Amino acid sequence: MAAPAAEPAVSELIELTAAEAAAKLRAREIDAAELFEAYRARAEADDLNAFTWVADEAPDADPEAPLAGVPLAVKDLFCTEGVPSQAGSRILEGYRPPYTATVVANATGAGATLLGKTNQDEFAMGSSNENSAFGPVLNPWDRTRVPGGSSGGSAAAVAAGLTPWAFGTDTGGSIRQPAALCGIVGIKPTYGACSRWGMIAFASSLDQAGPFTRNVTDGALLLSHMVGHDPRDSTSVAMPEPIRMPTAQDLKGIRLGVPEELLGGAGEDAGIEAGVRENFEATLRLAESLGATVDTCHLPHAPHALSAYYIIAPAEASANLARYDGVRYGLRVAGDADLDTMYSRTRATGFGPEVKRRIMLGTYALSSGYYDAYYGTALKVRTKISEDFRTVFGEFDFVVTPTSPWTAFELGAKTADPLAMYLNDFCTVPMSLAGIPGISIPSGLSDGLPVGFQLAGPALSESRLIDAAYALEQAIGFDGTGAWA
Amino acid sequence: MGMTTFEPVIGLEIHVQLKTRTKMFCGCELSFGDPPNIHCCPVCLGLPGALPVVNARAVDFAVMIGLALGSDIAPRSIFHRKNYFYPDSPKAYQISQYDEPICRGGDLAGVRIHRVHLEEDAAKLIHVGESGRIHGSDRSVVDFNRCGTPLVEIVTEPDLSSPEQAHEWLILLRTTLRQLGVSDVNMDEGSLRCDANVSIRPVGSSELGTKAELKNMNSFRFLERGIRAEIERQTQLVESGGSVTQETLHFDPATDRLTSLRSKEDAHDYRYFPEPDLVPLLVTDEMRASAQAAVPELPAERMARFERELGLASGMARDLAFRRELADYYELALAQAAGKVTPVELANWIPQLVERIGSGADPAQSKVTPAALAALAALVSAKEISRDAGREVLTKLVQEGGDPAAIVEREGLGAISADDGDGNALVAIVDAAIASDPDAAAKVKEGNMKAIGPLVGYVMRETKGRADGGEVTRLIRERVGA
Amino acid sequence: MVTLERAQVLHVAKLAKLELDETEVERMGEELSKVLDHVDRIRELNLDGVPPTSHAVDLAGVMRADEPQPCLDRDVILAAAPEPVDGGFGVPSPGPGDD
Repeated sequence: MAAPAAEPAVSELIELTAAEAAAKLRAREIDAAELFEAYRARAEADDLNAFTWVADEAPDADPEAPLAGVPLAVKDLFCTEGVPSQAGSRILEGYRPPYTATVVANATGAGATLLGKTNQDEFAMGSSNENSAFGPVLNPWDRTRVPGGSSGGSAAAVAAGLTPWAFGTDTGGSIRQPAALCGIVGIKPTYGACSRWGMIAFASSLDQAGPFTRNVTDGALLLSHMVGHDPRDSTSVAMPEPIRMPTAQDLKGIRLGVPEELLGGAGEDAGIEAGVRENFEATLRLAESLGATVDTCHLPHAPHALSAYYIIAPAEASANLARYDGVRYGLRVAGDADLDTMYSRTRATGFGPEVKRRIMLGTYALSSGYYDAYYGTALKVRTKISEDFRTVFGEFDFVVTPTSPWTAFELGAKTADPLAMYLNDFCTVPMSLAGIPGISIPSGLSDGLPVGFQLAGPALSESRLIDAAYALEQAIGFDGTGAWA
Repeated sequence: MGMTTFEPVIGLEIHVQLKTRTKMFCGCELSFGDPPNIHCCPVCLGLPGALPVVNARAVDFAVMIGLALGSDIAPRSIFHRKNYFYPDSPKAYQISQYDEPICRGGDLAGVRIHRVHLEEDAAKLIHVGESGRIHGSDRSVVDFNRCGTPLVEIVTEPDLSSPEQAHEWLILLRTTLRQLGVSDVNMDEGSLRCDANVSIRPVGSSELGTKAELKNMNSFRFLERGIRAEIERQTQLVESGGSVTQETLHFDPATDRLTSLRSKEDAHDYRYFPEPDLVPLLVTDEMRASAQAAVPELPAERMARFERELGLASGMARDLAFRRELADYYELALAQAAGKVTPVELANWIPQLVERIGSGADPAQSKVTPAALAALAALVSAKEISRDAGREVLTKLVQEGGDPAAIVEREGLGAISADDGDGNALVAIVDAAIASDPDAAAKVKEGNMKAIGPLVGYVMRETKGRADGGEVTRLIRERVGA
Repeated sequence: MVTLERAQVLHVAKLAKLELDETEVERMGEELSKVLDHVDRIRELNLDGVPPTSHAVDLAGVMRADEPQPCLDRDVILAAAPEPVDGGFGVPSPGPGDD
């Protein structure tokens, strides 16, 4: 499909991958301000509602820096000093933080320039970006459908060519799943690899920042400028070695495991759409043709991962969101009433229904008499899931699954039933609980809609994981430009 | 109808602000009395996206406190979130410790310690209109300077049995913590805060009655009064057929009245869960050893040693042990004395020195060296100068420093005694005294020792205090023929 | 079948400081019951002797030196305040039972 009529120079700029653009910027072959303006104009004209804020003008760029002035879109829940950071919520409408998130500073420190803040499900709670106080985001492949969530804005923006790349966050799948639904690459790194300083918290023990990119190489490049130990984050870890740019041409010697508990045996209906299933199987065959071995593996506690997740995440969220009380920043309602009314009405007005549901769920799971049965038990399930993965990685290099059980669904299709929405995450949540890295790459189309393939590896295996994904990506040869605005 | 006698059972819950440079979980500096909100950052303000990082020195101080209290130090402990909404709590949870605290057990002067743990302090709420009162005003203003200050919470077992004992024990705890150097422990400034759990039970019973928690006693006096008031309240209640309900009470020192803040039913559900933003706290062998090395001999032990090894009376032992500068100075002087004066005799000179340099002053900063004090005490002990002369010498030492023997020489303060070269002179003065007051002399001869006063006075005046009082008395009686 | 009673919903809403209207209370009860019923399945597992995992990362003893770091300018802090008063944050005064 041809790009819409535009100045040839502009489309050429947009066609460059981030890595290509960085190289040309450093070589002074293209101009950073021109590149920025090309994207800025497209972001301004955004009809997907992907952006909540777009820069007025190009910031100064440094052509000597590794990322040399390549524009970057950032999910709204990253604090960006002086720039609205609202986490998709009315309760933070207009909030401008006095400091910047570490991962954002890392990327801009390496030369990336802030193009805009992207729309998201409120406080990262959602799988469709229909929970935003600023309206839903549309999928560029089909504007009647959702882009996935919670990082729907970032995913849609990359998929539509409104930005070369973007930051998202992944707590239970919020990078990987929108990447799959939008036909782009999304990486959730090892828990701790990216600093959480300045990332507005949803579920502290699960949240991770990660890149959305058009291809795996760009993903490796951006991730390498996000990771790093941060003394301001006590859960931050240093990567044992820098993230390598991928080069693998095949998958010789790579052992891929297909978890039976998530995908069912042959012929079993595991709740995965037929088209997605077909694509998954085809991708496995492709992997074999590249030299990989594919076998069934076992994650005995994986069927309980979703339940454990929907206790742990809301519980932590109920505490993380308690600070939104109208006292120091953000929305305040009924400031002249008594304290309790001010608190309760501010929060009732400022939070959307999904956030309220999860706060209630989390509060209940932690409350007196229920802690052991719910939260306490869920933490034990997490132990078992981590053990399951460790055992599997003794025999397999990577675990593979379809990223999402279905392709992009229609707006409104799953909003009536919260539980139905939660089921989106059953293939991504186990990796979140275990804190291991996962990458989703586009593996084809099903009825014209993108399908994502997920690879997950042991903790801190990013370079190897990315390399394997790259080899597969090259063989798949997916063309995402069809969704470009 | 027999009246049961009840005895009080008291436990204390103490919060101590640590004297670190920065807050528990962020690098903002600690302060007191500064303009509001000038020592704040995203962490202590609870801004979105902020994360806590543990202050290593706060941990060291907590370990020192645990060691000083004889607690078991946990090699691994964790932080929990304690969830509740209040304007002084910016995250709407306090990072504290719950079931895996840094220290468990211990004992101080016979009162068992239940646990010691680390947590962060809340912000300050200033009530507009009427300061210091919880009730009756419309708006409050929050100041986050204090928010995040490191706190150590010390909880005792219910081992205290009277308001007086609680007062005395808290003083010992305060002195101990002050000597550790971990806190200013000043109740006026809020670096030491104490709540009490009070219950009563029939004398002789070993079961615990229902307890009430008393808050807002912000001085030692109020603590004692509040506990006493609560004991009375509970006793009257039980004696009239009622029973004590578990509640939290606020003590108003202006009226000695206790008001209920909340009952057990309204008690908070804090929904404790492990703090996901912090990893487990470790106390390594190195940390423990370095904390131990930083713990000096503490008041309770020093007091006991002074009594046991030096034979000091408990009052003197306590007074010295409770002020490290005095005890340190005293022991230096004792070493210099090299046996020429007993520990008890030397100790008696310390209050004299304190009187002359000021009660808050450090004797080590004065002009009187420990060696000089020891030498002075030795001179008096050997009766080379009288006690009164000794006090004069001490005054001179405080003013000019120097050597006591030289001062004695210069001022001519050597003792006059019947036994030395001036012996005849002293006898002559005694005879003159007797001659000046024959009535008194006659009474003394009859055995009325009360009459000897004027005669002794005469001799002391004539000798300018250089004679030894005891010797003068003996001489008078001898010369009078009593 | 896990069912959340109305009283429980109200109690949790109070703990969470969320004002819910009647419709919300009812709907919340239904929705939460449904979710709880699903997540309840973890209680079927035999997890005796299994330690809980609070952190997916194997770290311990992370601390910082007791050194001052720059703090925020008060004007910046108060710029976001709904009710800045005398250098502080104005709020309705807590009542006696709010403590």
